[in-house]
Amino acid sequence: MESSNKYIITFIIIMTVVAAVSLAGMRELTLAISTKNEEIFNKRSVLLTVNDYLGKGINVNNLSDEEVLKMFKNQVEQVVLNLDGEVVPNVLAEKVDLAVEKKKAEVDRLLPLFVFNSEKEKFYILSVRGSGLWDEIWGNIAVKSDLNTIAGVTFDHKGETPGLGAEIKDNPSFPGQFIGKQIFKDGEVAVLVRKGGSQDTTYEVDGISGATITCDGVTEMLQRGIAYYLPYLETIEN
Amino acid sequence: MAEILEKVKIEEKEPLFGPKEKKLLLDPLMDVNPITVQILGVCSALAITSLVYPSVVMAISVIFVTAFANLFTSLVREYIPKQVRMIVQLVIIATLVTIVELGLKALNFPIYKQLSVYIGLIITNCIVMGRLEAFAMANKPWRSFLDGIGNGLGYGAILIIVAIIREILGKGTLFAGSPVEIKIIGNNTTYLIDTTTSTMFGWYANNNLMVLPAAALFIIGILIWIHRTINPKLVDIS
Repeated sequence: MESSNKYIITFIIIMTVVAAVSLAGMRELTLAISTKNEEIFNKRSVLLTVNDYLGKGINVNNLSDEEVLKMFKNQVEQVVLNLDGEVVPNVLAEKVDLAVEKKKAEVDRLLPLFVFNSEKEKFYILSVRGSGLWDEIWGNIAVKSDLNTIAGVTFDHKGETPGLGAEIKDNPSFPGQFIGKQIFKDGEVAVLVRKGGSQDTTYEVDGISGATITCDGVTEMLQRGIAYYLPYLETIEN
Repeated sequence: MAEILEKVKIEEKEPLFGPKEKKLLLDPLMDVNPITVQILGVCSALAITSLVYPSVVMAISVIFVTAFANLFTSLVREYIPKQVRMIVQLVIIATLVTIVELGLKALNFPIYKQLSVYIGLIITNCIVMGRLEAFAMANKPWRSFLDGIGNGLGYGAILIIVAIIREILGKGTLFAGSPVEIKIIGNNTTYLIDTTTSTMFGWYANNNLMVLPAAALFIIGILIWIHRTINPKLVDIS
C-alpha cells in the first residue's frame, strides 16, 4: 500500500503523540516509587561496606527496606566536605550526587562522607566515581578508624558487560578482596587492582580475567577519588 | 455474497491453538532457529553468554518483547504506511522496552539493576525487528504473538546452551550470581577472580578464552555445524 504524504505525516504525528504520552504517563506514575527505591538501594550499598561490623547475624542484604532506612538514620552521620577538607554546613551527604559534582569547577565541588558509628569503632565511608569500559562506575569505601585499613567496599556500574566488567558488582568475591587492604603508602593512595594477580598483598588485589579496562578504571577511580578526601583525613588524624 | 459468508465461517472454525499454531511456537526452536539458521541476534549472543544466569534473564526479556512487539505491530499492520514501516516498528519496540524498564524500576529495583544493559540491547536485537518485518506485518495478532514467543524461545535456547558451555569451561561454575549458584571447582574461594589458579577436578585449568566473547563465536559456529549435520535440508548448496 503506497500512502500519500498527508497520510504518512498524520500517522507519524499520531504515533509520536501516543508514544510520548504513554511514556510520560508511565514515568509520572512510577517516579515517586523508583526514586525511593534508588535511595534505599544507595543507602544499602553504603551500609554494605561495613557489613562485617554490624554485629552477629546481621547481613545488610537480608534487611528489609524499612530496617535499612532505620539503621541509616540511627547509625550514620552525614558530613559534606569541600576539596580543601573543610566541612560544608547545612547539606546532607545523601543529597550530593558525584555525577553532578564532577561537572562543576574544582572549587565548587562537594564530597559526601558517611560516618558509621558501630558500638566499638567509627568507620569513614568515602564515595568515589570513575569510568569503566562502557560507562560510569562508582563505589563506596569504608575506612577503619586507623584511617588506613579498608573495612569493606561496594562497587556499582551503569553499563559494564555482564560476566566480565559487571563482576565488580555481581561477584561478591571481587569487593571482598579489598577487606583488610591498606590504602596509603607514604601519604599517597597505593591500593590498586593488578592484572594477572596481586604482587604486594598489602595494597593490591587481583584483576578480573577479561575485564582489564574496567579493573584499570577501578584503580584510577580509587586513587583519584580517595585522594580528594586526603585533606580532611589529615585534619581528623591530627 | 454467499462466498464471503462461507469464508468467514471457515475462519471461525479454526481452533485457537491448532497444529499451525504449535508449529509457530516450536519451529523456531529447531528448523528456523533465529540464531543458528536465520543468523539473527548473534551480537547479543556473543556479548552476554559468559554466565548462565544473565542469559536466562535476557532470554525471558526478549521473549516478552518479541511477543508483545509482534502483537502490537500486527494489530496496526493495516494502517502502517509502507514507506515508513521500519520507523514505526522501531518506535513500537522502543516504547515497549522503555515502559518495561520504567515498570521494573518501580516494582523490582534489584532486577532492574541486574538487567540494566540488556534493556538497551533488546531494542537493537535484530530478531525483534526481523520478526516484525517478516511475520507480524503479514499475519493476525494471535499468530504473531505466538511467533514472537517461539522466536524468543529459540533465541533463548541457544543463548543458554552457549552460556552453560562457556561458564563451566571458563569459570568452573554454573548459575553464578543466582540463588542456586553451583561451584563445580570446589572450595576455592577465588574461583571467579583468578581463573588461572583454580582447577576443576584437579586437572582441568580454566580456559580464559571461554570468558571472552570470541569463544561464543566458536561455540555458535560449532552449534550451526551440528545443526546442519543433523538436518541436511538447511545446507545451502547454491
